[in-house]
Amino acid sequence: MTGVPTATRPVSLLLRVVPLYPVSARRAGQLVYRNLLVARRSWLVFVSGFAEPFFYLFSIGVGIGALVGDVVTDTGTALTYQEFVAPALLASAAMNGAVYDAVFNLFFKLRYAKLYDAVLATPVSAADAAVGETVWALLRGAVYSTAFLLVMLAMGLVGSWWALLALPAAVLIGFAFAAVGLAASTFLRGWQDFEFVQVAILPLFLFSTTFYPLSTYPRPLQLLVECTPLYHGIELVRGLVTGDVRWALLGSAAYLAVMGLAGLALGARRLQRLLLA
Amino acid sequence: MALPGPAATSFFVQRLTAHRHFWRSSAIGSVLEPVLFLAAMGLTLGGLVDRGPGVPGGVGYLAFLAPGLLVAAAMQTATGESSYPVLGALKWDRLYEAVLATPARPADVLAGHLLYVAFRVTTSAAAFLVVLVLFGAAASPLVVLALPVALLTGLAFAAPVSAMAARLEEDAAFAALQRFLIVPMFLFSGTFFPVTQLPVVLEWTAYATPLWHGVALARDLALGTAEAGSALLHVGYLALWTAAGTWLAARTLQRRLVR
Repeated sequence: MTGVPTATRPVSLLLRVVPLYPVSARRAGQLVYRNLLVARRSWLVFVSGFAEPFFYLFSIGVGIGALVGDVVTDTGTALTYQEFVAPALLASAAMNGAVYDAVFNLFFKLRYAKLYDAVLATPVSAADAAVGETVWALLRGAVYSTAFLLVMLAMGLVGSWWALLALPAAVLIGFAFAAVGLAASTFLRGWQDFEFVQVAILPLFLFSTTFYPLSTYPRPLQLLVECTPLYHGIELVRGLVTGDVRWALLGSAAYLAVMGLAGLALGARRLQRLLLA
Repeated sequence: MALPGPAATSFFVQRLTAHRHFWRSSAIGSVLEPVLFLAAMGLTLGGLVDRGPGVPGGVGYLAFLAPGLLVAAAMQTATGESSYPVLGALKWDRLYEAVLATPARPADVLAGHLLYVAFRVTTSAAAFLVVLVLFGAAASPLVVLALPVALLTGLAFAAPVSAMAARLEEDAAFAALQRFLIVPMFLFSGTFFPVTQLPVVLEWTAYATPLWHGVALARDLALGTAEAGSALLHVGYLALWTAAGTWLAARTLQRRLVR
């Protein structure tokens, strides 16, 4: 038997040892596919991810809303408290989901499941893995955000057609935080360090004009809040959902895009070093 | 059923010794988080609430919220310390089996564990109580009695959650517990707004949760509006959850550890 494959085998073997072009969509896609297969097995955890932002929406929007009454935003629009809080909860949920997915799952796979040691034995590179994990976190976030937007629509909390752009905006927030979370998770030493992640996330959630307008703060605190990423995410989503669209929103979007790209670059480099060291 | 003996104290001391290594990060979870909630919701959002329709009874929002957060934090700490750690000690690091090689019996293990949870809840709640007073959120000196209320509420969660953890083989159920029971209780059991604002069915569901009883009692004490009758009812209900949970946990641990 004259094996035809013998002619191609050295080539495919060669492909496994020569350096490949740094990131490939197909190779990163394999990791996304792998995560999808795993998610199918733990669907309860996946589904329960929907629940938390809704609980917050009902509790804070309906319960505290009755105590607060109406709110005037920083651009002078009068909103009911529910209309004010809902877009911010969408933005915060995008952040929370992305961070938990990127940090907790990635840390477990990296340190305990040794998933990437196995992955690197295939043509998938560390950079592919970083991109694949980020894309997965974004897909998952997009599903949650769509559901949340539909509930907001059903509750009559959407005030403009611009709200259609709130979905890509939520994905952009997810991108920025997933990428930075991925980079951060390569620095964690153990489970106890997750508390530090929490310490970064919770103040962002609580103080980024989620629950009250920026004008509530004294000026120095306002400047501080304006420097933080979730504030820009909330500005973006709230502007789009309420139809209060301004040029400044482009600046907020750019902030998040730069943060995500920087996080991804650092994360890919760290992953490369951790895995090949 | 066997009662715990002196070995329970040894196991408690072992837990304390282990705690020395990560008390900083656990303090972040159990003290800093409620303080952040108090600052964001109590002070800043409270400003909006007090200018708006406000809390019934003419109470400032900060004074309304603070005792609720104290008790809700006790629930979170107690649940956290009784879910993964108990399952972990049974399945992953096999700590309980190791302890049983000493004169300790399952009843001692449970008593030592609950003692340790009580220690964690009391120290965190005491730290938060100091912050609460510094924020000017306490209207009555009886607010110090909110500390034993937080402890009792913590145990009313620690005991049944330990019983649940002792039955499990995998940790996936903890995510469901957190998302479908603990978080909804945190949000709907009167911590952030009076449960009378809820639809009737949800209002009565809230009355059935141990958290509501802890929050209501701690709030009555902090505002100086506590009455003996309702206080006794709250304490009795929380004690019932603690006793039933402890009994279940003891039985489950006995069966699982002594075969």
